[in-house]
Amino acid sequence: MLGAGAQTLNLAVGAPVTSLDPHYHALSPNYAVADMLFDSLTAFDARARVQPRLALSWTPVAETVWEFKLRPGVKFHNGNDFTAEDVAFTIARVPTVPNSPSSYGIYTRAIQRVEVVDPLTVRFHTASPYPLLPVDLAQIQMLDSETHANPLTEDFNSGKLAIGTGPFRVLAHRQGERIEYARNDAYFGDKPHWQRVNYRMITNDAARTAALLSGDVDFIDQVPTSDIAKLRSDQRVTLSEADGLRLIFLALDHSRDGSSPFTTDNDGKPLERNPLRDVRVRRALSMAIDRQAITDRVMEGASLPSTQLLPPTAFGALPDRQVGRADADAARRLLAEAGYPQGFRITLHGPNDRYMNDARIIQAIGQMWTRIGVRTAVEGQPWATFVARAGRQELSAMLVGWGTSSGEPTSPLRSLLATFTPPRGWGGSNRGRYSNPAMDAKLDEALRTLDDAKREALLREATTIAMDDVGIIPIHIQKNIWAMRRGLQHEARADELTRAQDIRPAQ
Amino acid sequence: MSVYLLRRLIQAALVMLAMSVIVFIGVYAIGDPVEILISPDADQAERARAIAALGLDKPLWQQYLSFLTNALQGDLGRSFVFNEPALKLIGQRAPATLELAFAAMFLAILVGLPLGLYAGLRPNGAGAKVIMAGSILGFSLPTFWVGLMLIMVFAVQLGWLPSTGRGETVEIMGLRWSFLTLDGLAHMAMPALNLALFKISLVIRLTRSGVRETMLMDFVKFARAKGLSPNRVIGVHVFKNILIPVVTVTGLELGSTIAFSVVTESVFAWPGMGKLIIDSINVLDRPVIVAYLMSIVLMFIIINLVVDLLYSVLDPRVRLESK
Repeated sequence: MLGAGAQTLNLAVGAPVTSLDPHYHALSPNYAVADMLFDSLTAFDARARVQPRLALSWTPVAETVWEFKLRPGVKFHNGNDFTAEDVAFTIARVPTVPNSPSSYGIYTRAIQRVEVVDPLTVRFHTASPYPLLPVDLAQIQMLDSETHANPLTEDFNSGKLAIGTGPFRVLAHRQGERIEYARNDAYFGDKPHWQRVNYRMITNDAARTAALLSGDVDFIDQVPTSDIAKLRSDQRVTLSEADGLRLIFLALDHSRDGSSPFTTDNDGKPLERNPLRDVRVRRALSMAIDRQAITDRVMEGASLPSTQLLPPTAFGALPDRQVGRADADAARRLLAEAGYPQGFRITLHGPNDRYMNDARIIQAIGQMWTRIGVRTAVEGQPWATFVARAGRQELSAMLVGWGTSSGEPTSPLRSLLATFTPPRGWGGSNRGRYSNPAMDAKLDEALRTLDDAKREALLREATTIAMDDVGIIPIHIQKNIWAMRRGLQHEARADELTRAQDIRPAQ
Repeated sequence: MSVYLLRRLIQAALVMLAMSVIVFIGVYAIGDPVEILISPDADQAERARAIAALGLDKPLWQQYLSFLTNALQGDLGRSFVFNEPALKLIGQRAPATLELAFAAMFLAILVGLPLGLYAGLRPNGAGAKVIMAGSILGFSLPTFWVGLMLIMVFAVQLGWLPSTGRGETVEIMGLRWSFLTLDGLAHMAMPALNLALFKISLVIRLTRSGVRETMLMDFVKFARAKGLSPNRVIGVHVFKNILIPVVTVTGLELGSTIAFSVVTESVFAWPGMGKLIIDSINVLDRPVIVAYLMSIVLMFIIINLVVDLLYSVLDPRVRLESK
């Protein structure tokens, strides 16, 4: 093990890192680690707002051209200079990584051409006006055109090519076990406090908490909700938390007019038409859910009840939208109005190993629906089997989550709610096949609007249309919770990333 | 002997082939790896690209054939998740699992045999009763719970042992081993004990019943009548006879410990093959699952062969047939 001492941080994360290649597998644990080793042109702060990093400023110089000014004097770990050539090189490499199971190319696709103006100025040409470029580029970590001339994912994993401009260097990497880092003393930004960092992966929740309590590690992420109360009362430990960006919601089957596979009448016979296509039924189902009770009882306070896509303070979120109280009587009236005075039967599916307390949430909702006369059977499944069935439209009602890493609503609007249209890349995760032309039109306009204020207004309108139509039923937004030994402080991040540079000794 | 071995080898090859078909179809039937691996932000074009990159756009028989052709050349495919050869990943994790499994087996024999002998020789003594009652606990307590209790007591409350992980390792021939350092041994103590608990009970019970049965046999009476010392009677004649079931079970147990110590490895964050396979199943990393199961089948075939050969050494009545 590394030399112990005040300058060493031992931390344990719950999700395994699969690769040190920053462009191989788009997955947030990988991104967190890449964010310690490399830098992107723009970056998200703890509140998921875009900030300068390797770029100092950016402006659209024409409808389809963005110009980025780069930070001077930045060096890679091996001493090479970071310049505009490296940007062009990186953008070219991203979509070409072999065998990538999930490419970062989705974040560079809008770029048609990279123009190197001078060593510190670079222009991105896009096919059509593209306001999200600064947001997308926050996902792309910059490589060195010399060092990474012939990059193999294996060489990143071994640490040989894991050379960036970031605040830490890799000392050793043991796949699925631990990563050891040393501080990059030449870092251009705020220097991290820790000379050495031991980044361990402990996937078992109970074992991770035990490792903190026994002093094996100083810091853990993904604190299980069942341990929150115990840890809060423990003198040796402090917690940090932030409202997250991961929405837990129900998707409903909009794909059929006729009978939906898991809805029947009270005698178990298939219904003639799909009740979920009726907005009154959807409103009733949403109204029946006591979100505050789920937050208090199931989540132990670790969530924010929500009836929209993002926390109210985020860009493009609806600041005044009320969550409202559950109202079983009003819900029953709505059902009767829709022609189901006696209700109907439905099966609510969900994963049981994916989101915090997922199986318990669907159980709670099943009881709340049954109370308004919609007799609900609940079926939790491992994510691996659940997600395949959900993607084939085999289910009627399902619990899913959505992490909006960009911190603004285009990503959930485009993937979850926009009409399923493969050629334009819309509705990629729209498993219920919800479709609303009015919302599509607003979103389309927003995606072409470079002006931030105008775009935000359009995104709010699109969100309002989809939420009033109950395209999906939001439940809550998860809080991200970390725990550490007393004497440390942590800047909790909305985007769930666990990075050593955010942890310091308490003042 | 050589005919016997040859026949066993042909059998083994057939088993491997049948297994590869079963595993491949089984793995193919569960879920869709792309749905799990891909970023949720990905659109349909990116999905199509990922499906093609992982070779999942081809029909099942084509995927199987190309797997088989590569497998015959020693290449069991590349991990979807790590983009590294599946066999290399398994090989990297093997030492951790092997040392843990052997430590557990060693503990099981070291503790189980003497206790079982004692309980068998004095079946009505108070000591025997305590041992047998204890062995019931060892059987019935779930590994998962015992592991967490061990952590709570020895790591959290008493602070004697590290809670999780592998500790300091020494590199020998490119492989990392923990059992050669003090820190590594400290990390290994709890997971090894946790794994061994069930096996200790098993060995105790097998030994005890073997001893009780054998002590009544004629050859023991003759040996005694001949005037051999009790130590020699028990240590040589009885012992040799009770070893057959113990060796069989130990062999199979060793196999299953190496293959399926998943629970212990997850609880103690022990970076072995069990943890690799469970992580791979969670993300449907098909090449790793298939390669792992194939290597496990091979291992069981080898262990069974070794056990059969050991029989003939231990018991002269057993002859390896070569019709």
